[in-house]
Amino acid sequence: MQNLRKEITVDSKMENMETLTAFVENELKPYEPSMKSQMQINIAIDELFSNVVHYSGSSKMTLVLEVVEDVLTASLTFIDNGIAYDPLSKADPDISLSAEDREIGGLGIFLVKKTMDGIEYKRDGEKNILKVTKKLG
Amino acid sequence: MQIEKKVENNVVCIALDGRLDTVTAPQLEHELQGKLDSVTELDFDFSKLSYISSAGLRVLLLAQKIMNKQGKMVIRNVCTEIKEIFDVTGFADILTIV
Repeated sequence: MQNLRKEITVDSKMENMETLTAFVENELKPYEPSMKSQMQINIAIDELFSNVVHYSGSSKMTLVLEVVEDVLTASLTFIDNGIAYDPLSKADPDISLSAEDREIGGLGIFLVKKTMDGIEYKRDGEKNILKVTKKLG
Repeated sequence: MQIEKKVENNVVCIALDGRLDTVTAPQLEHELQGKLDSVTELDFDFSKLSYISSAGLRVLLLAQKIMNKQGKMVIRNVCTEIKEIFDVTGFADILTIV
Protein backbone atom coordinates (compact mmCIF):
# COMPACT_ATOMS: atom_id res chain seq x y z
CA MET A 1 0.00 0.00 0.00
CA GLN A 2 1.08 3.54 -0.77
CA ASN A 3 0.56 6.65 1.25
CA LEU A 4 -2.95 7.86 0.59
CA ARG A 5 -4.27 11.27 -0.38
CA LYS A 6 -7.90 11.70 -1.40
CA GLU A 7 -10.27 14.60 -1.30
CA ILE A 8 -13.96 15.26 -1.57
CA THR A 9 -15.87 18.52 -1.96
CA VAL A 10 -19.46 18.91 -0.81
CA ASP A 11 -21.99 21.71 -0.41
CA SER A 12 -21.85 23.12 3.13
CA LYS A 13 -25.13 21.49 4.11
CA MET A 14 -25.74 19.22 7.08
CA GLU A 15 -27.24 16.49 4.88
CA ASN A 16 -23.77 15.87 3.41
CA MET A 17 -22.31 14.66 6.68
CA GLU A 18 -23.19 11.08 5.82
CA THR A 19 -21.38 11.42 2.50
CA LEU A 20 -18.24 12.66 4.26
CA THR A 21 -18.37 9.97 6.92
CA ALA A 22 -18.92 7.20 4.37
CA PHE A 23 -16.07 8.54 2.22
CA VAL A 24 -13.62 8.52 5.13
CA GLU A 25 -14.75 5.15 6.51
CA ASN A 26 -14.45 3.60 3.08
CA GLU A 27 -10.97 4.98 2.39
CA LEU A 28 -9.67 4.01 5.83
CA LYS A 29 -11.07 0.49 5.74
CA PRO A 30 -7.92 -1.12 4.22
CA TYR A 31 -5.92 0.22 7.18
CA GLU A 32 -8.21 -1.53 9.65
CA PRO A 33 -8.55 1.35 12.11
CA SER A 34 -9.63 0.38 15.62
CA MET A 35 -13.34 0.86 16.30
CA LYS A 36 -12.45 3.53 18.81
CA SER A 37 -10.24 5.51 16.40
CA GLN A 38 -12.86 5.30 13.65
CA MET A 39 -15.60 6.48 16.00
CA GLN A 40 -13.49 9.40 17.22
CA ILE A 41 -12.73 10.36 13.63
CA ASN A 42 -16.45 10.23 12.84
CA ILE A 43 -17.15 12.50 15.80
CA ALA A 44 -14.49 14.93 14.55
CA ILE A 45 -16.16 15.00 11.12
CA ASP A 46 -19.53 15.67 12.78
CA GLU A 47 -18.22 18.48 14.99
CA LEU A 48 -15.98 20.19 12.44
CA PHE A 49 -18.34 19.93 9.49
CA SER A 50 -21.31 21.18 11.52
CA ASN A 51 -19.14 24.13 12.63
CA VAL A 52 -18.46 24.94 8.98
CA VAL A 53 -22.15 24.62 8.09
CA HIS A 54 -23.36 26.73 11.01
CA TYR A 55 -20.71 29.43 11.29
CA SER A 56 -18.62 29.83 8.16
CA GLY A 57 -21.24 30.98 5.68
CA SER A 58 -19.29 29.08 3.00
CA SER A 59 -21.10 27.39 0.14
CA LYS A 60 -18.71 24.47 -0.22
CA MET A 61 -16.22 22.57 1.88
CA THR A 62 -13.35 20.33 0.85
CA LEU A 63 -12.15 17.48 3.02
CA VAL A 64 -8.65 16.16 2.31
CA LEU A 65 -7.88 12.75 3.76
CA GLU A 66 -4.27 11.63 4.03
CA VAL A 67 -2.75 8.54 5.54
CA VAL A 68 0.92 8.17 6.38
CA GLU A 69 1.41 4.46 6.34
CA ASP A 70 4.58 3.80 8.25
CA VAL A 71 3.14 5.48 11.34
CA LEU A 72 -0.45 4.50 10.48
CA THR A 73 -1.73 8.01 11.06
CA ALA A 74 -4.60 9.70 9.27
CA SER A 75 -5.06 13.41 8.82
CA LEU A 76 -8.27 15.16 7.86
CA THR A 77 -8.09 18.72 6.57
CA PHE A 78 -11.29 20.74 6.41
CA ILE A 79 -11.06 23.65 3.98
CA ASP A 80 -13.79 26.21 3.47
CA ASN A 81 -13.94 29.68 1.97
CA GLY A 82 -16.16 31.21 4.64
CA ILE A 83 -15.49 33.98 7.14
CA ALA A 84 -12.39 33.63 9.31
CA TYR A 85 -13.24 31.31 12.16
CA ASP A 86 -10.72 29.75 14.51
CA PRO A 87 -12.49 27.22 16.74
CA LEU A 88 -9.30 26.77 18.76
CA SER A 89 -9.51 30.35 20.02
CA LYS A 90 -12.50 29.43 22.21
CA ALA A 91 -11.90 28.67 25.88
CA ASP A 92 -12.55 25.08 26.95
CA PRO A 93 -15.87 24.53 28.72
CA ASP A 94 -15.88 23.91 32.47
CA ILE A 95 -16.68 20.21 32.60
CA SER A 96 -16.86 20.06 36.39
CA LEU A 97 -20.17 21.92 36.63
CA SER A 98 -23.47 20.26 37.57
CA ALA A 99 -26.15 19.58 34.96
CA GLU A 100 -27.98 22.76 35.94
CA ASP A 101 -24.96 24.98 35.42
CA ARG A 102 -23.63 23.27 32.34
CA GLU A 103 -23.51 25.09 29.07
CA ILE A 104 -23.20 23.13 25.90
CA GLY A 105 -21.29 25.66 23.82
CA GLY A 106 -17.76 24.74 22.90
CA LEU A 107 -18.20 21.11 23.83
CA GLY A 108 -17.86 19.85 20.27
CA ILE A 109 -14.45 21.33 19.59
CA PHE A 110 -13.35 20.33 23.10
CA LEU A 111 -14.27 16.75 22.31
CA VAL A 112 -12.23 16.89 19.10
CA LYS A 113 -9.22 18.34 20.94
CA LYS A 114 -9.41 15.56 23.54
CA THR A 115 -9.82 12.65 21.15
CA MET A 116 -7.53 13.61 18.25
CA ASP A 117 -3.74 13.46 18.50
CA GLY A 118 -3.27 16.85 16.89
CA ILE A 119 -5.31 19.82 15.74
CA GLU A 120 -4.23 23.01 14.01
CA TYR A 121 -5.97 25.94 12.39
CA LYS A 122 -4.70 28.45 9.89
CA ARG A 123 -6.24 31.18 7.80
CA ASP A 124 -4.80 31.12 4.30
CA GLY A 125 -6.04 34.02 2.17
CA GLU A 126 -9.79 33.52 1.98
CA LYS A 127 -9.70 30.01 3.38
CA ASN A 128 -10.17 28.42 6.78
CA ILE A 129 -7.93 25.38 7.05
CA LEU A 130 -8.43 23.08 10.01
CA LYS A 131 -6.39 19.92 10.21
CA VAL A 132 -6.72 17.06 12.67
CA THR A 133 -4.45 14.04 12.92
CA LYS A 134 -5.21 10.68 14.47
CA LYS A 135 -3.34 7.42 14.90
CA LEU A 136 -5.42 4.59 13.51
CA GLY A 137 -4.24 1.83 15.85
CA MET B 1 -31.14 6.52 13.75
CA GLN B 2 -34.09 4.50 15.02
CA ILE B 3 -35.88 5.55 18.18
CA GLU B 4 -37.95 2.92 19.94
CA LYS B 5 -40.11 4.34 22.68
CA LYS B 6 -42.15 2.46 25.27
CA VAL B 7 -44.38 4.17 27.78
CA GLU B 8 -45.66 2.38 30.88
CA ASN B 9 -47.48 4.53 33.40
CA ASN B 10 -44.91 7.16 34.38
CA VAL B 11 -41.91 5.32 32.99
CA VAL B 12 -40.58 6.02 29.51
CA CYS B 13 -38.01 3.68 27.92
CA ILE B 14 -36.17 4.82 24.82
CA ALA B 15 -33.87 2.53 22.83
CA LEU B 16 -31.60 4.21 20.29
CA ASP B 17 -30.21 2.40 17.27
CA GLY B 18 -27.58 4.09 15.12
CA ARG B 19 -25.77 7.41 15.51
CA LEU B 20 -26.77 10.20 17.83
CA ASP B 21 -25.16 13.03 15.90
CA THR B 22 -25.79 16.53 14.60
CA VAL B 23 -28.23 15.23 11.99
CA THR B 24 -30.19 12.83 14.20
CA ALA B 25 -30.09 14.55 17.62
CA PRO B 26 -33.05 16.82 16.68
CA GLN B 27 -35.15 13.66 16.19
CA LEU B 28 -34.53 12.65 19.78
CA GLU B 29 -35.09 16.19 21.02
CA HIS B 30 -38.43 16.20 19.22
CA GLU B 31 -39.31 12.91 20.92
CA LEU B 32 -38.59 14.40 24.37
CA GLN B 33 -39.42 18.09 24.20
CA GLY B 34 -42.74 18.77 25.89
CA LYS B 35 -43.46 15.04 26.16
CA LEU B 36 -42.02 14.30 29.59
CA ASP B 37 -44.77 15.88 31.69
CA SER B 38 -45.63 13.55 34.60
CA VAL B 39 -42.82 11.17 33.63
CA THR B 40 -40.88 10.09 36.73
CA GLU B 41 -38.40 7.72 35.13
CA LEU B 42 -36.65 8.06 31.81
CA ASP B 43 -34.67 5.00 30.74
CA PHE B 44 -32.31 5.01 27.79
CA ASP B 45 -31.00 1.83 26.21
CA PHE B 46 -27.75 2.53 24.32
CA SER B 47 -26.92 -1.09 23.41
CA LYS B 48 -27.35 -0.36 19.69
CA LEU B 49 -25.96 3.17 19.70
CA SER B 50 -22.72 3.34 17.74
CA TYR B 51 -21.65 6.89 18.48
CA ILE B 52 -22.53 10.19 20.05
CA SER B 53 -21.36 13.71 19.23
CA SER B 54 -21.82 16.99 21.11
CA ALA B 55 -25.26 17.50 19.55
CA GLY B 56 -26.33 14.23 21.17
CA LEU B 57 -24.76 15.23 24.48
CA ARG B 58 -26.74 18.46 24.34
CA VAL B 59 -30.05 16.57 24.10
CA LEU B 60 -29.06 14.23 26.95
CA LEU B 61 -28.20 17.25 29.10
CA LEU B 62 -31.56 18.77 28.29
CA ALA B 63 -33.35 15.56 29.30
CA GLN B 64 -31.25 15.22 32.46
CA LYS B 65 -32.14 18.76 33.53
CA ILE B 66 -35.84 18.02 33.11
CA MET B 67 -35.64 14.69 34.93
CA ASN B 68 -33.62 16.16 37.81
CA LYS B 69 -36.75 18.15 38.64
CA GLN B 70 -39.32 15.38 38.37
CA GLY B 71 -37.70 11.98 38.81
CA LYS B 72 -34.70 10.13 37.51
CA MET B 73 -32.97 9.31 34.28
CA VAL B 74 -30.73 6.32 33.66
CA ILE B 75 -28.68 5.19 30.68
CA ARG B 76 -28.13 1.47 30.19
CA ASN B 77 -25.78 -0.64 28.08
CA VAL B 78 -23.24 2.04 27.22
CA CYS B 79 -20.34 0.67 25.14
CA THR B 80 -16.78 1.54 26.20
CA GLU B 81 -16.27 3.96 23.28
CA ILE B 82 -19.31 6.06 24.23
CA LYS B 83 -18.46 5.76 27.93
CA GLU B 84 -15.12 7.35 27.12
CA ILE B 85 -16.91 10.29 25.47
CA PHE B 86 -18.93 10.72 28.67
CA ASP B 87 -15.72 10.61 30.72
CA VAL B 88 -13.80 13.10 28.57
CA THR B 89 -16.64 15.66 28.64
CA GLY B 90 -17.46 15.26 32.33
CA PHE B 91 -20.88 13.88 31.42
CA ALA B 92 -20.10 10.71 33.37
CA ASP B 93 -20.53 12.85 36.52
CA ILE B 94 -23.86 14.31 35.42
CA LEU B 95 -25.52 11.23 33.98
CA THR B 96 -26.52 8.03 35.73
CA ILE B 97 -24.93 5.22 33.75
CA VAL B 98 -25.86 1.72 34.87
